[in-house]
Amino acid sequence: MTNDVLLQFSDITMQFGGVTALSEVTIDIHRGEILGLIGPNGAGKTTCFNVMTGVYKPTKGTVRFDGQDIVPLKRYEITLAGIARTFQNIRLFGNMTALENVMVGADARKASSVGGALLRTPRQRAEDKESRDRAMELLTFMGIADRAGDAARNLPYGYQRRLEIARALGTEPKLLCLDEPAAGFNPAEKQELNELILKIREQGYTVLLIEHDMSVVMNVSDRVAVLDFGRKIAEGLPADVRANPDVIAAYLGVPDAS
Amino acid sequence: MRDWLLYRTFWDLTITGLALGSIYSLVALGYTLVYGVLRLINFAHSEIFMVGTFGALMASQEFLGIPMLEDGGYPYRTGFMLLVFLVFILLCAMVFSGLGAVALERVAYKSLRGNGDLFGAVVLAFLTGFVVSMVFVDDTLANVIVAAILTAPITMGYMSLFRRGKQSPRLAFLISAIGASTAIAEAMAIWGPEKREQYQTPRILEKDVLFSFLGADVRVDNVIVIVGALLMMVALTLFVNKSRLGRGVRAVAQDAETARILGVNVDMIILVTFALGGVMAGGAAMLFTLVYEQSRFNIGFILGVKSFTAAVLGGIGNLKGALLGGLVLGLVENYASAVFGGQWKDVVAFVVLLVVLMFRPTGLLGESLGRARV
Repeated sequence: MTNDVLLQFSDITMQFGGVTALSEVTIDIHRGEILGLIGPNGAGKTTCFNVMTGVYKPTKGTVRFDGQDIVPLKRYEITLAGIARTFQNIRLFGNMTALENVMVGADARKASSVGGALLRTPRQRAEDKESRDRAMELLTFMGIADRAGDAARNLPYGYQRRLEIARALGTEPKLLCLDEPAAGFNPAEKQELNELILKIREQGYTVLLIEHDMSVVMNVSDRVAVLDFGRKIAEGLPADVRANPDVIAAYLGVPDAS
Repeated sequence: MRDWLLYRTFWDLTITGLALGSIYSLVALGYTLVYGVLRLINFAHSEIFMVGTFGALMASQEFLGIPMLEDGGYPYRTGFMLLVFLVFILLCAMVFSGLGAVALERVAYKSLRGNGDLFGAVVLAFLTGFVVSMVFVDDTLANVIVAAILTAPITMGYMSLFRRGKQSPRLAFLISAIGASTAIAEAMAIWGPEKREQYQTPRILEKDVLFSFLGADVRVDNVIVIVGALLMMVALTLFVNKSRLGRGVRAVAQDAETARILGVNVDMIILVTFALGGVMAGGAAMLFTLVYEQSRFNIGFILGVKSFTAAVLGGIGNLKGALLGGLVLGLVENYASAVFGGQWKDVVAFVVLLVVLMFRPTGLLGESLGRARV
C-alpha cells in the first residue's frame, strides 16, 4: 500500500520554442508520502507542476495518475481524476467569501444536472448542503473557520495561503500539490505550516511539495527530488539529498559547471 | 414652455420611463453576464432579443390563437386565465431566446476559443451546404436536402480544422459577434413571412388604468413590465449568488484559469451564462411586445445598443449596474423627449453616457461580477 505509485511522471521533456525547460525527468510519487521537489530558481519546478496538472502538454513522455494516462485529459478532468494544486502567487476568488471559495472546488464533484440546479430539486439542495458542510469542515481543519463569511481579498495573508490549501482539498484530491506554500511566512508560521502539512498527510492525502525553503522541505518530506536546469539531479531521503555533492553544487554554484 | 410639459407630466413620464428602463435592464443583464465571464461584448445579443419577440408573437398568435385587434373584439381574459396566458407567452419567448443564445455561443464563439465542438461544426456545415446549394438551385426544399446530404463531409472538414486548437485573437470574437448579429437579423428579413415589414403582435390584455399616482395614470401593462422585470432580476441575482452554477459563473468571471484547475467545466459555465442572458432577453422581449405590440427583423438593433449603453452606464460586469443603468437610461430618455422633443431622446441618452464615463470610467457602480474592483 505505502509503496504503490500514485503518480508516474516518466521521461518528460518540455520545450517552449527552442528552450528546453524539462529534459527527460522521471519522478514517481508514492501513495501516502510527502515528496519534496526542490531546485534553484528556473530549475523547472513549476513547469513540472504545470505538466502534472495539465496546464502544459509535455513535448515528450507520459504522466500516469492512478493508472490512467492524464496527458490527453482536459484540465478540469485532471482535477476530477484527483490532482489538486495551490499557487505560488495566491489566486483566490477575491470577491467571493472564504466559504464560497472552497465550495467552488467541492461543487465540481457534484453530479446533478443544469436543469436540476435551475429548479432547485431536493437532490440539488442536498448536494449544496453537502458542499457547504464539507467546505466548513475544511476551513475548520485549516484553522480559518472564524473568517468563513469574509471576502477572500479581505483576509490576512496567512489566512489566504491556508484558504488556498482548503480550496484545493475541497476538490477531494488524491494528490495535493503545494507550490511554495511557505512563501512570505516567518519562522513561526513556517513551523505551523509544517505541522499542517503533516496533518494533511495523516488524513490520507499524498502531498507534492515544491519549496524554496529548505527548513520546510527537509522537515516534512519523506523523500526529496532535486531539479537543476530541467534535469533531475538527485532523489532520495532528505538527509542523503542534503549530503549529495551535485545538490550542494547546484545550490551553491560551482566555478566550472560542465 | 416645454419645462411646463415636463412638470405636468413628470409622473407619467416616470412610470413609462421605468417600464422602458426595466426592459433595457433585462437585456443589459445579458451583455453584462457574457462580458463578465468572457470579456466579450456579445453584439448578437440584440438579435437574441429579436428572436424572443418572435417567440412571444408565435406563442400568442399561433399557439394561443389570440386574434389581432382589427379582426374584431377580443374577449379579454382576466384573473387566472390571463396569468396563464402571460406566463405561457413569457416561457415561449424565454425558450426561443435561451436556445438562440446557446446556439449562438456554440456556433459563433466556442470554436474561436480553440475547442470547437461537434454541434457548432454540424450547424456551420449545414449552413455552408445551404449557401452553396443556393448558388445552384432556387428552391428552399431542394437546398435543405442538398445541405443535409453535404453536412456530414463538411462537418468532418470543420472538425479537423477545429482540432488545431488555437485560441483566436480578441478581435475575431468581436467580428464574429457583429457577423452573427447581421446574419441573424438578415435571415429573419429574408425568411420571415413579412420580410422587412413590421409585425403587429396581438393585444393580450385590456390596457386599463390600474390606479392613479400623483396625478399620473398607471396602466396595467406598465405595472406588469416593472414588476415582472424586477422579479426576473431578483431571480437571476439569487441564482448567481446562491446556486452552485451561479458560484461557478462568478468563479469563472473572476479567474477562469483557476476555476478550471478547481474542476469547473468552464465551457459548460459559459454556456449557462449565455442561456441565462438569453432567458432574460426573452423575458424582456415578451414584456416589450406586451407594451409596444410590434416586432421587426431589426427591432433588436436600437434596443440592443441602448441596453448595451445601460450596461456600460451602470458598470459592465455588474448585475446591479445593469439594473441601475437601464432604469436611469429609460428615465433620462423619457424626460429628455418631454423637454427637448422626441427626436432628442437618443442624443441626450448618449450624452449622459459620455458624461458619466468622464467622471466614472467604470460606470456608476463599477465592475463587480468580474475581476477585482480597482
